[in-house]
Amino acid sequence: MIYKVISKTEFNRFLDALVGNNTAFGPCRVESNIQGEAIYQFRPVTSAAEIALEYSVTASSAKHFFLPFREELSRFMFHGEEWEQLVACEADPIVLIGLRACDIAALNILDDVLLNGNFPSPYYLARRKNTFVIGIDHLPLVDCFCKSMNHHTVPTGFNLFCSDIGEEYYLSINSSKAFSFLKEFESREPGTRENRLLMERRNLIKKSFQTEIEVSGLPDILDIEFDSPVWEKWGAKCLNCGSCAMVCPTCYCYSVTESFACNQQGSSRQKTLYSCNLVDFAQVAGGHNFRPKNGDRLKYRYYHQHRGFAENANQQICVGCNRCGRTCLAGINPKDVINDLRMEKESCTTGDSSSPTSR
Amino acid sequence: MKQTLYTFEKLKIASFDFTCCEGCQLQLTNRESSLPDFLELLDIRTFREISDEHHQDYDIALIEGSISRSDEVERLRAIRKQAKVVIAFGTCACFGGINSLKNRFPPEVCSNEVYSGMAVETLPVRKVSDIVTVDLSIPGCPVTKEEVERIMVRLVTGSQIALPSYPVCVECKQQLNTCLFELGELCLGPITRGGCNAVCTTGKTPCLGCRGATEEINMAAFLELVRHRKFSPEECREKLGFYNAFEAFLGHET
Repeated sequence: MIYKVISKTEFNRFLDALVGNNTAFGPCRVESNIQGEAIYQFRPVTSAAEIALEYSVTASSAKHFFLPFREELSRFMFHGEEWEQLVACEADPIVLIGLRACDIAALNILDDVLLNGNFPSPYYLARRKNTFVIGIDHLPLVDCFCKSMNHHTVPTGFNLFCSDIGEEYYLSINSSKAFSFLKEFESREPGTRENRLLMERRNLIKKSFQTEIEVSGLPDILDIEFDSPVWEKWGAKCLNCGSCAMVCPTCYCYSVTESFACNQQGSSRQKTLYSCNLVDFAQVAGGHNFRPKNGDRLKYRYYHQHRGFAENANQQICVGCNRCGRTCLAGINPKDVINDLRMEKESCTTGDSSSPTSR
Repeated sequence: MKQTLYTFEKLKIASFDFTCCEGCQLQLTNRESSLPDFLELLDIRTFREISDEHHQDYDIALIEGSISRSDEVERLRAIRKQAKVVIAFGTCACFGGINSLKNRFPPEVCSNEVYSGMAVETLPVRKVSDIVTVDLSIPGCPVTKEEVERIMVRLVTGSQIALPSYPVCVECKQQLNTCLFELGELCLGPITRGGCNAVCTTGKTPCLGCRGATEEINMAAFLELVRHRKFSPEECREKLGFYNAFEAFLGHET
């Protein structure tokens, strides 16, 4: 890693040049909600002026730049008795500006699942390698809990990360590409003052979290509470709409469908991002559904998010951005569900410590 | 020349309109890029909108519209006798559709309003499955040509046919739309069957549920959401009743 300091005006010039010459996406204010609060999404940008660098959070994550909601995995062409399969894992280079530390941490988790396992995804790899990621730090929103997940800072997974130290950005340069791009612009080595400002900024961010979730020992608690009534309670609220998984930066589960072309000369295999909360997620051939109940489906989403599956070494994949909690129309959010589960666990423990006759 | 590995027979198909605007049938001629390929799948035996020829030997019948006269009942039963597969085509055929709004008023009030005193024979509006067995439903106001195409290809190739079982929210979120509830609207997206690519909500028009209830909707949770967001039960009932597509769930209210 190389560190530089750049004035905000110069950084804007850098961004202008970068987005002017590349396909670029950044946070943009799309509209206001009924309370008048700004709503942001990652949108195509062609100049620095279009980028809302001071944004709060995007409603949807940046996941779809790496895992498109819908993607053709392969195409089959029929030639008489023969057929051929065409697979194209190509991605045009893009620039992605303004990701938060937790969003980049989410990409690192997706790397673990989709690149570092036994079957790396060439589709994901093409997009990941061809995306230039610029991160920017921010003060947490009232409901951000990425500090609890230890994702309020991120050491890797980006090309460039900007820390706001007042009139300037403190840049962490993590790729030769970023380094050579920046050569064209005026920046300098950070001195003692800038290093102090960076530490102050980091401390301020750390101290500003208002939402914390106690996640220590959570995987065990989830195992112990497998049959907890908490799941049924929250499951009863769930609309099965799948919105949580769509906006989540790490939910990567998908469904695959194959269909003939209208001209019957070929067919296509399509991948669609899916959600474990959707009613037919665990439905198999013949119609049997392994998870017919809302509570079971919700439980498995929390299991995948907070206990992890074997494919990513049983690590939690939630980064604490709370996009799912904000988007959920039924008011289901990780903080409340996990606290409920912990209380359930604690009440069990209290019960155990008293004499058996009093239970 | 080598034999083709896959051979398919064209579908002997007929299209019929009942009480409707014929907009769903019109969709069959939409999506021009794939129209020649689409027509290659079909042996059209009867289709009033595009041809004068009428042949009675069809296997598949597309039924568009709801049923609101006794002669329509007779015609529908005759079609059922001939067709191997009856498809309820569009929201009116599947649920009664907008025409069902008529059922909220006495029949004579309706005919007076429209035909000012002229004697017309009219019955309360019914959906196709109220009268004959329906083998397949393709909902939508209008139907989505892409979905019709996919289903026809599957009929030709004998593959499994299924409508999406997820709600409109999935496709709405995929288009990065702002939730219409956040903009102060009452939207039926969370309980309505997806597959429309969220065309209305993407255009900032709240979903009115033309594709009907999706699988195993959580109506109690939806009504809780409606209450929580301070919409009146009347407003909710009005939306749920618009296409008559949530008939089975209206008992949940009050």
